[in-house]
Amino acid sequence: MTVTETRERIVGRSIKRREDPKLMTGQGSYLDDIKLQGMLHIAILRSPYAHAKIVSIDTSKAAAHPGVVGVFVGKDMLDINPLPCAWQAAGVTNNINTPRTLAVDEVHFAGEGVAVVVAEDRFIARDALDLIDVQWEALPATVDAELSTKDGAVQLHENAPNNIAFDWSCGDQEKTDAAIAGAEVVVKERIVNQRLIPTPMETRGAIGLYNSATDDYTLWISSQAPHVHRLLLCAFVMGIPEHKLRVITPNVGGGFGAKIFMYADYPLALWLAKRLGRPVKYIEDRSENYKQTTHGRDHVTDVELGATKDGKILGLRVNTYANMGGYLSTIAPGIPTTLYARIITGVYDIPAAHCHVTGVYTNTAMVDAYRGAGRPEASYLIERMVDRLAVELGMDPAELRRKNFIQPEQFPYHNAVGLLPYDSGNYEPALDKALEMVGYSDFRTEQAEARKHGKYLGLGISSYVEICGVAPTAWVMSEGWGAGLWESSSVRVHLTGKVVVTTGSLPHGQGIETAFAQIAADELGVAYEDVEIQWGDTQSTPFGYGTYGSRSLAVGGVAMKKSLDKIKEKVKRIAAHLLEANVADMVFENGKAYVKGSPEKSKSIGEIAAAAAVGASLPPGDEPFLDETSYYDPPNCVFPFGTHISIVEVDADTGHVAVKRYIAVDDCGVMINPMIVEGQIHGGIVQGLAQALYESAVYDEDGQLLSGTLMDYAVPTAAMAPHIEVAHTVTPSPVNALGVKGAGEAGTIASAQCVMNAVIDALSPFGVKHLQMPATAERVWNAIHAK
Amino acid sequence: MTTISVTVNGKQHRAEVEPRTLLVHLLREQLNLTGTHIGCDTSQCGACVVHLNGESVKACTILAVQVDGAQVTTIEGLAANGTLHPLQEGFWEKHGLQCGFCTPGMIMAAADLLQRNPNPSDDEIRHGLEGNLCRCTGYENIVRAVRYAAEKTNASAKLPEEHTGTDGTVVDYTAEAQGEAASEAASATAAS
Repeated sequence: MTVTETRERIVGRSIKRREDPKLMTGQGSYLDDIKLQGMLHIAILRSPYAHAKIVSIDTSKAAAHPGVVGVFVGKDMLDINPLPCAWQAAGVTNNINTPRTLAVDEVHFAGEGVAVVVAEDRFIARDALDLIDVQWEALPATVDAELSTKDGAVQLHENAPNNIAFDWSCGDQEKTDAAIAGAEVVVKERIVNQRLIPTPMETRGAIGLYNSATDDYTLWISSQAPHVHRLLLCAFVMGIPEHKLRVITPNVGGGFGAKIFMYADYPLALWLAKRLGRPVKYIEDRSENYKQTTHGRDHVTDVELGATKDGKILGLRVNTYANMGGYLSTIAPGIPTTLYARIITGVYDIPAAHCHVTGVYTNTAMVDAYRGAGRPEASYLIERMVDRLAVELGMDPAELRRKNFIQPEQFPYHNAVGLLPYDSGNYEPALDKALEMVGYSDFRTEQAEARKHGKYLGLGISSYVEICGVAPTAWVMSEGWGAGLWESSSVRVHLTGKVVVTTGSLPHGQGIETAFAQIAADELGVAYEDVEIQWGDTQSTPFGYGTYGSRSLAVGGVAMKKSLDKIKEKVKRIAAHLLEANVADMVFENGKAYVKGSPEKSKSIGEIAAAAAVGASLPPGDEPFLDETSYYDPPNCVFPFGTHISIVEVDADTGHVAVKRYIAVDDCGVMINPMIVEGQIHGGIVQGLAQALYESAVYDEDGQLLSGTLMDYAVPTAAMAPHIEVAHTVTPSPVNALGVKGAGEAGTIASAQCVMNAVIDALSPFGVKHLQMPATAERVWNAIHAK
Repeated sequence: MTTISVTVNGKQHRAEVEPRTLLVHLLREQLNLTGTHIGCDTSQCGACVVHLNGESVKACTILAVQVDGAQVTTIEGLAANGTLHPLQEGFWEKHGLQCGFCTPGMIMAAADLLQRNPNPSDDEIRHGLEGNLCRCTGYENIVRAVRYAAEKTNASAKLPEEHTGTDGTVVDYTAEAQGEAASEAASATAAS
């Protein structure tokens, strides 16, 4: 190949995923697939009460059970600190309460661990749980966030009067009050964003191993952020020196946010491994996962939107009760503050806005980030209210949106609630494309005709913007986050020209190995097959913050690009040295470094990799090997956007909602692998659509989780999900060198209100202006028959 | 403990099981076939679907003692001689998997669906896979993957044969066969 030949770029192509062959032939290795010699099994006794004092625990019978190796309670492990809360609401007092490894005196949600059995196999461990005798003093429980703040409500924690964990607000209250007072039209609503359970198909767990000779610990967990887990375990929870704990993440069977956080079973597994001198394994069953792994959403919000009679939005006032559960989870306060309240104005140029958020303790499972994390709640709120305003004004909802969109020339755009500037956007083309795909004007005719025949069709529009690529460290620390949010990479080109990339990102379904290899192969001009992407082991990857917040390409990918750039610079230096040319005259292109104007004077990256690895002839000052590490702290977040439209049909006799069409036009910037982007969009949409129609985590007034298994919690099946039509616009991000934004959460952020707006549009002949999610047949039927 | 004999992916196994041992635990814990997954405790998710005498079953709802003398095929046995099954090919081509946890069960259920209905409509695919949950894909590409496999299979007339016989070897998991090591482990258990 001569230098003038252009190697075909693979970035932008929908190549098949390299992750798949092992996963679809049963050769993936997930946490529970790992067996260690002499491994013991853990079962955890969990509180049947949502709120109770532990009077006494008798473990003697369990300890005597054949096959049981040890039984422990919370008092045995007071040397383990309570779990950390690493993101607190900024600028206000946070009344922090976090769980211990096992509860000691009092439990605050049903499912909190109180005792642990370790046995030769998991079945014996389970059997022995029944032999533990706990004397409880049951206490009254409180589950509703707003009611829990009222005087006289059951109190959970001494340091949190009225169960208030934090009280926080953003935006200009005075200006907002004035805007709403002066508005010609004001629409008000109470909007519930119900609690959801993330439900990755693989539950969580932990395998702990301890070597007493070296004092080394190893922890295997199904994690989205193994370096963060190591850091928190060492620095806050257990005091293990950071170089004495290795965290390994095998294949992860989905996360959706729930696997970011610190859970009690992680220190538990390490503590037991040391105490018993044998490796231990804990795997949640689904019922435990539903009780104790974090939940998402759970907001009750009063909202007012003020506008002129011709539809110019003037002000938005929001008051939200955010249910935090029995304790604060790892980053819980950051979700309803920074990631919700600060993007409450959505895609609209709203001059005045204010959002007040009260974080509340209740006797329920902890709530933390779940796919979209705050942004779905914000997007749902503003998009529901814009539709509500359109009905009030008698305006077309598409035109009302168009009239209030932030305009392309307004970017970088500063919103009224103090977010970082939106990087880039062009909202109308996505709306237009979606309207064209659905055949908007024809639909309105069809809808009117159908209604005459008792057939209730509805169309819902959702125009959204989100915050991805989290986040510039200085900014996010000013927002209360307790560490950095940069990302890392290391790139090595070995003697034989094979490339190994290690990353702090943690793929768990996103196709990161494939997308990163596409970028690396193009940048270095090597064969795609010659690039390996490695991740997941704190011993062999640079410190990184992990995968969540749609950050892996926009932060982790850019960190890799930086290392690749450094490699290319070194290749040019060594090539110049070998060719006796000036470095300033060298060009790197298509896998070769050559002298500008003399392409015949060139060295391939393979030749330079070998020369660098041998190290016999290097330019002065250069070290052997092509091996570069980079840390990338983004200067801004990135802000993907788009418009989704759905059409539903409501059966007025049964209340059943059928989604007839679902159209998604998304702009996530430059797409590295469009097939993977579309897969992310599909999955995201169905999770948001499931919130609109099916899913709800329901507690009774005693704090018992009624939707406690997959029998009761309605994760949709294939037959409950619609066919999805996908299209894109591409507005590159100016924030990073790849022009990428993010796609992991977009579908979820766009879809709940898209479907609800359609349902409520279908119900408009019955005078329905709002309906809470999920729009189950019962709820829809009652809405139809309420008048 | 009961000793059972079962043919899994063409290989005959003997194993000692408790009366309560589930097929999925036999496969995963004793036979080390970890491609079959556990995603729930109420038989909803379908991550554990395998074929029992040629038909799909949830391995969490079958007791190990019930498969004595039976033929079981798991995801590990689906690709014959390194050639991907048309469904595996379809899932790869159409991006029918993301995290991959549901995929083995989904593919085994889809294989049974295609045996019963070689040319299903999209709607029939969606209803045919109602016993299997996927949280990543939104099912769009799973439907495409199954359709791909159906079209490919119809073009080549029939599905590739699954393992139905034995290859003559017997892998013995009983304590007796595992010898001293197993007895020692057992006595250690009893002593503690």
